[in-house]
Amino acid sequence: MRVSVDKRAFLPLAAAAMAAVLTGCGSQITDPASAGSTGSTRTSCVDTSGSNIKVGFINSLSGTMAISESTVFDSLTLAAEEINASGGVLGKQLQVVSEDGASEPTKFAERAGKLIQQDCTAAVFGGWTSSSRKAMLPVFEANDALLFYPVQYEGLESSKNIFYTGATTNQQIIPALDYLAEQGTKSLFLVGSDYVFPRTANKIIQAYAAAKGIKILGEEYTPLGSTEFSTIVNKVRDSKADAVFNTLNGDSNVAFFRQYKSVGLTADTMPVVSVSIAEEEVPGVGLDNVEGQLTAWDYYQTLDTPANKKFVAAFKAKFGAERVTSDPMEAAYTSLYLWKAMVEKAGAFDVDKVQAAADGVTFEAPEGLVTVDGKNNHITKTPRIGKINSQGLIDTVWSSPAAVQPDPFLATYDWAKDLAK
Amino acid sequence: MKGLLQGRLGTAAGFAAAAVLLLVVAPAVLSAFNLGLLGKFLCFAIVAVGIGLAWGRGGMLTLGQGVFFGLGAYIMAMHMKLADASLFGGSGVPDFMSLYGSGQVPGWWEPFRSPAVTLLAVVLVPGLVALILGLAVFKRRVKGAYFAILSQALAAAFAVFLIGQQATTGGSNGLSGFRSFFGFDLQDPDNKVMLYMIAAAVLLLSVALARQLMHSRLGELLVAVRDQEERVRFLGYDPASIKTAIYVVAAVLAGIAGALFVPLVGIISPADVGVIPSIAFIIGVAIGGRATLLGPVLGAVGAAAAQSALSSTFPSFWVYFQGLLFVLVIGFMPGGLASLASMVGKRRRNRTARPLPSVPTPAAASASAPLTEGEASMPEEARR
Repeated sequence: MRVSVDKRAFLPLAAAAMAAVLTGCGSQITDPASAGSTGSTRTSCVDTSGSNIKVGFINSLSGTMAISESTVFDSLTLAAEEINASGGVLGKQLQVVSEDGASEPTKFAERAGKLIQQDCTAAVFGGWTSSSRKAMLPVFEANDALLFYPVQYEGLESSKNIFYTGATTNQQIIPALDYLAEQGTKSLFLVGSDYVFPRTANKIIQAYAAAKGIKILGEEYTPLGSTEFSTIVNKVRDSKADAVFNTLNGDSNVAFFRQYKSVGLTADTMPVVSVSIAEEEVPGVGLDNVEGQLTAWDYYQTLDTPANKKFVAAFKAKFGAERVTSDPMEAAYTSLYLWKAMVEKAGAFDVDKVQAAADGVTFEAPEGLVTVDGKNNHITKTPRIGKINSQGLIDTVWSSPAAVQPDPFLATYDWAKDLAK
Repeated sequence: MKGLLQGRLGTAAGFAAAAVLLLVVAPAVLSAFNLGLLGKFLCFAIVAVGIGLAWGRGGMLTLGQGVFFGLGAYIMAMHMKLADASLFGGSGVPDFMSLYGSGQVPGWWEPFRSPAVTLLAVVLVPGLVALILGLAVFKRRVKGAYFAILSQALAAAFAVFLIGQQATTGGSNGLSGFRSFFGFDLQDPDNKVMLYMIAAAVLLLSVALARQLMHSRLGELLVAVRDQEERVRFLGYDPASIKTAIYVVAAVLAGIAGALFVPLVGIISPADVGVIPSIAFIIGVAIGGRATLLGPVLGAVGAAAAQSALSSTFPSFWVYFQGLLFVLVIGFMPGGLASLASMVGKRRRNRTARPLPSVPTPAAASASAPLTEGEASMPEEARR
C-alpha cells in the first residue's frame, strides 16, 4: 500500500504564525524631525548608586586586528588601574566590562549594544578600524551613549556620541605633507591598502598636491592582507618619485618593505612616510627593513615629557620591560583620563551632562597637554614626524610648533573645500 | 496508518510547540538585547535550512551561501539607506555617498527606492543568480569538490568586489546607520520585537517548506541524485534540473535571511558575506546534522549562541573549539549531533521514518539513515 505523505499540515499553522507576528507593530515615523531624536528620551540603565561604576572596553582580542588592538586594551587596563588606585572617578571605582570585537564590524556593533544595554556601562572605550567605528556609531547614537575612539582616522566625521582622541587628518596626514614639502619633495608615490582610510587619505593628498604643485606619480592599492608587491615596488622604483606615502595596514607592510629593500630602494634614496607603523609594528615588519624610514604620528615612546616617562615606566612595570608604547595606546590611555576629567567637571555620569562639560577639558597627556574641542568632540594634538632608529624606537625629527586644533572636515583649508561637501 | 497518524500529529505538535516557544515564550522572557541576538541567530538558521537541503539532502557542498545572503542583505540595506535619506536628509542621497563618492546616487541603486521592487528583488535576485549559476554548473556536471571550490571562490570575489566599491557599496565599512524600516522607527522597542517576530515566522515557514520538500517527489529524487546521480539519469530524470531547483531554494532562503539580518542587526559589511561567514554557515549545519530537518537549524543557532556566549570570556578559545568540534563531527559523526538522537531512537525511527517502503532504492534507505550518506557519496565522487 502506498502511504500518502501529508503536505498540507503546516499551512494553516504557518498562516496562524504569520498573523500572530503582525499584531506587534510599533510606531511609524510620521514626523522625521522628532524621530531622529528618540534616543535622548530613552532612560539610561547606568547604575550610579553603588561604590562602583561600570565602563566598557571593546577591542579585537581575536582575529586579524588582535595583535594591534590588544595593546590598546592593555593601556586602557593600565589607565583604569591607575585611576582606581588614585581614588576612582567621583569616588567610585571603575569596574571594567571587556568585550571582544573579533575584528568584525558586525561583532563590534553587537558587542557595543551589549555593553550599553545589557551591562549598562557609563562609557565605552575602544575600536580601531574605521569599519568598526562606522559600525558602532549608529549604536551609540541610537542609545545615546558615549564611545571614546583612540585611533588616528580619515576624518570627515563628527558625532556627539563619539570622542575622537586619535589624530584626524589635519593632525597627521597634512602635517606629514607639510614636512615633505618643507624638505623639498616635488613628487610622491601613494601606496595603500584598499579600504576607507587609505582611499580618503589619498584623496586628501591628491587635493593637497594639486594645490601645492607636488606631482603624484602613482596611486596603488592592494587588498588588506596582500603580500605580493613585486609589481608595485618596481613601479615605485621606475617612477623615481622623491618619496612614498604609505597607508598600507598590517601584514602588507612586512611584504612591502622587504620587497622595497630587495629592489635596492632605501630610506636615503627614496624615503617612505608611513602612517600605520608605530613602535608596536616595527619588530613585525622587521627592523632592518624599516630602519631610517619616516612615520607620522602625534606620540612616540621616546618623547621627553614627565607624563610620558611616567606612562612608559608604569606600562613596562605592569606588562614587561620588552613592551613598547605607541600612539594609539597613548591615545587610549588619554581617553580614559579625559572621560574622568569630563565626569568630574560635570559632577555626574549622565551622558548629556558629560557632553555639555566636555568642551575645554584638558589633560596633561604623555604627548603633551590635550584639550577637548566641544564643537567636534576631537582633541588638540601635536603632530610629529619620526624616524625609526636602530633600537626599533622612533625619534622625533620634526614637530609642529604648537598643538593643532582638530578640523575633521578640513573646513579651514582652501584646497580641501571640494573634499567634504 | 495508526503509526503514521501519530507521526503526522507529532510533527504538527512539534511545529506548534516551536512556534509557541519562538513567538510567545522568547519575547516574554528575553531582554531586548538578547531577543535581538536571537533574531540574528534565527537569520543564520534560515540560511542553514537552505544549506541542509542543498548539502545535506542534495550533496551540493555550497561554500558560498554568503553571496546570496549578501545579495538579499545589500538589496535591503540599499533600500533602507535610500528611504532614510529621503525621510531625514531630504536630499535622497545616502550620507556615505556624499562623503566618499560623487554625491550622486548611481543608477543601479534607483530601483531600490521602491519598497515593492526591493521585496521582489530580495527573493528574485538571489534566485536568479542561483538559477543561472546552477544551470551553468550542474548542466556541465560539475560537482563535489569542484562545485565547493567554485562556490567559495564566488564568495571571496563578491567580498572583494564590495570592498572595492567604496563610493557605491560603502566598501569595507559596509552599510549601516539605518533609522527606519518601511516607515517604521527602528529605535522603537516594539518595532524591534516585531522584526524578531518576522524572522521567527520566516524561519518556521522555511522549516515547513523544507519538510514539504523533503517529503515530496522532488525531495526523494534529490536524495537519489545525491547518492546515485548516474542511476537517476538513466531512469529518465535530469539531475541538473533537480539540483538547480534546490540550489535556487537554498539561495532564496539565504537572500531572505540576509534581508532580515540588516534591520535586525543594523549593519551589513563584506565581512558578513565573504568566505569566513560562508564557512561558518556550513559548520553550524554540519555540527547540527546536515541531512535532518531540524539539525541545521539547531546547529546554526547553537553555534552562533555558543560563539556569542564564549567569545567575550575566552576571545580566541571559540575559534579553536569550533574547529575541534567540526573535526570531531566530520570525523566521527558525519550525521552531526542530530544523529546522537537517532542513534538512541534508531529502532523507533526505522519503524516510522520510512516514507516509501514499497520502493527499496538505496536512496530511500539512506534518506532515513543520514549517518551513512557521507560515505555513500564519497567513493562515488572519488571514482570520477
